[in-house]
Amino acid sequence: MAYLQMRGIAKTYGGVRALTDVDFACERGSIHAVLGENGAGKSTLIKIIAGVVQPDAGTMTLDGREVQFSSPLEANAAGIVCIFQELSLMPDLSVADNICITDPPRTRLGLIDSRAQRRRAEELLARVGCEDIDPRERVRNLPLSRRQMVEIAKALGRNPTLLILDEATSALTSSDVTKVYEILHQLRNEGLSLLYISHRMHEIKELADTCSVFRNGRHIETFPKDAHTDHEVVQLMIGREMSHVYPPKPKWDTPPQPVLEVRNLSWPPVLNDISLTVGRGEIVGLGGLDGQGQRELLLALFGVLRGVQGEVLIDGRKTAIGSPARAKSKRIGMALIPEDRKTEGLMLPMSIGANISMAAMPMLTRGLVIDRSREAQRITEMIQQLQIKIGGVGDPVATLSGGNQQKVVIAKWLMTGARIVLLNDPTRGIDVGTKQEIYQLLRRLADQGTAILFYTTDYDELIGSCDRVLILYDGKIVRELVGDQITETNIVASSLNLSDQIERAAAEARA
Amino acid sequence: MKTLRIYATQNLGLLIAIAIFLVLYLIYATQLSRFGMNVVLQNANEVVPLALVSMAQTVPVLLGGLDLSVGPLMTMINCIASEFLAGDIWSVLFGCVLCLVIGSACGLLNGCIVVYGRIQPIIATLATGAIFIGVALFVRPTPGGKVDGDLSWALTNDINELGYTYGWWEDLGWFGLIPLPAVFLVLVVLLVWIPFRRSATGRGCYAIGSAEGAAYMSGIAINRSKLAAFTLAGFFAACAGLYLTLLTGSGNADAQQAGSYTLNSIAAVVIGGTSLFGGTGGCIGAIFGAMVIRAISFIFRVIDENSIFGFLASPLLQSLVEGAILLLAVSLGAARVFRVRNRLTLFT
Repeated sequence: MAYLQMRGIAKTYGGVRALTDVDFACERGSIHAVLGENGAGKSTLIKIIAGVVQPDAGTMTLDGREVQFSSPLEANAAGIVCIFQELSLMPDLSVADNICITDPPRTRLGLIDSRAQRRRAEELLARVGCEDIDPRERVRNLPLSRRQMVEIAKALGRNPTLLILDEATSALTSSDVTKVYEILHQLRNEGLSLLYISHRMHEIKELADTCSVFRNGRHIETFPKDAHTDHEVVQLMIGREMSHVYPPKPKWDTPPQPVLEVRNLSWPPVLNDISLTVGRGEIVGLGGLDGQGQRELLLALFGVLRGVQGEVLIDGRKTAIGSPARAKSKRIGMALIPEDRKTEGLMLPMSIGANISMAAMPMLTRGLVIDRSREAQRITEMIQQLQIKIGGVGDPVATLSGGNQQKVVIAKWLMTGARIVLLNDPTRGIDVGTKQEIYQLLRRLADQGTAILFYTTDYDELIGSCDRVLILYDGKIVRELVGDQITETNIVASSLNLSDQIERAAAEARA
Repeated sequence: MKTLRIYATQNLGLLIAIAIFLVLYLIYATQLSRFGMNVVLQNANEVVPLALVSMAQTVPVLLGGLDLSVGPLMTMINCIASEFLAGDIWSVLFGCVLCLVIGSACGLLNGCIVVYGRIQPIIATLATGAIFIGVALFVRPTPGGKVDGDLSWALTNDINELGYTYGWWEDLGWFGLIPLPAVFLVLVVLLVWIPFRRSATGRGCYAIGSAEGAAYMSGIAINRSKLAAFTLAGFFAACAGLYLTLLTGSGNADAQQAGSYTLNSIAAVVIGGTSLFGGTGGCIGAIFGAMVIRAISFIFRVIDENSIFGFLASPLLQSLVEGAILLLAVSLGAARVFRVRNRLTLFT
């Protein structure tokens, strides 16, 4: 008998079927990957298991006993702990407070024992290999990758028997990922059940024992890890034959005419003396390990950072970009698809339409008022162009799935007619189908003459979609890869700033 | 050293409030010719009611809401207390406990409306505040009361005077000069606020103000924390009402005074480094915030009309200057904006 057994689970959200008649089981001592496009029902499934939402129909047994959870607290008491994609940390509390929040150690008087709490936090942080994090520091002051490790430490502190990880490694640095893999394997060997949701195929290959594929709210198939090839798995997920993942790249005979030029840009201590050009119709990738200054470079170009040194040239003319409002102006025509669509990309309670037309507002205004009919027409065009799946334009954007929300963000900036598009990890946490559409879209934009600067943490995307790749290390561009040089070996080696050594080793091997 | 650095960065608002207070009070003390413990006592008596109301305001603010009913609740308790603080020790004690219970219950009522009625705190407490003033007027249509005079005198003086009044002890030296209002305030902080802050429920309040969704997902008892927060606010407001009754020896259903206490409490909370978005800050900061606000008005009493600042001494200008100083004090806390190098961090 499986540890967790679900039978006939169904859930509808206001007429939309999120899950239909799902049977699902999860064993002890195994890592179980759940795959599916966004909107396939994975999130709803784990939310039901974790007690965040309640199923409309069906039963759930845990260790042979039937259970019903009306809150995360109850699921937690039964040993189910969830690490969600949206971080569940409280930014104003300290690391130790966050780790111990559910069940803090108490003194005899029943008050929180801050010393014991700090010790416990230190132990748990050491267990995930993050001794460098001070438990007294506020979570707000930690970078995203460190926060995610705190999140994992917090989950371990709750002694789970069933641990759910929802995109839990999406923001981690590669050294942290290695540590997390070790911990997860160790937990599995201790007999825990682990449910793992990820959009990264290589992670699943490395970690999972069993895989389950969901599509359109149904459980399609569960199979041992190596039973299907990648190609077959992707087909199961999207339910149709996949065309080429990446569109073909154009051939460059002469270098394109530069649109964006950066000379000696610095923002100490994060960015050091960065020079680059992005030409008309070119997709330039930014690579390297996470947190080497890529995000800050995009923010600096978009006028968000203060105290940036160096020169930025647009169409060969020196230009000062002091704010996003200036960056998007007609003269510059820049757009930034931000990293965190929930806080920097969208006004979640506002309508889909209002979000799409938000950045292009100055172009839609006649006199002092917004030209409503023109706005509506442009919104419809954008929705069609990007094939955004929506109920109505007036629905709050928060009701959309992650992939469609990202499309709304992109639509918002395309509507401004931007000539320079900066993208900050736009495919993070979105489904395969939408990812492909985004690759196609980027190439189409480039063919129309847009200059694109594309930061992604996924090496496959750099290889598949970029004409040139710049590798950042410690705030500097350490390597530029062009054409056939863009290979995984080269990217990984230069990300670790090892390229010289590897080339030397290769030269020695030849000699 | 690192501990000190972390403490300083995490309590910057509080430290700024303390610094502003010290500067203002030093100016006041040097301008006053006969400065002594009796002046400190008088000042302490003026500070304590506002300090307690500000503590009351702090707790809902930590959740990310505003409580407009703290002033009216304090006024209502003042009117009720003016009926009960008389007779022998037992009946006085009963009166005190009754007032604190009523105050806490009114706070709990606010909490229930916010939690179960799903109404935003600012509008829920706007309504209950009006109700509290109504009750206060009903209890005491005209100012007055039958507060025991000895009691009122003894409890709003220094420790020595308490002994003299009831014949409990004689001169206790420097210890006897400590003002009782300060003692009360410290007791409330030590016995109520610190334990609350260090309880799981109190921690929950900070968590809710910081990120309510994350708090829910961490399995925190959200409703219990919110109810506790509003109940505690009611308790602190009742303490303020009780002390005001002892101080004035009477009850007065003064709606205008109630309103000004509410608004000053919000100012005190902000000066004390508590974020109106919730999640950071605390009652200690609010106390120093209240001290800053009072210190501003103390200074007005001592400005020499013939000095270069003499024109400020005009009572007509007091409100204007008070407002300007308030703005300045709050801006100091916001000065970090100038050091922000990534503008995005301003919005999170």
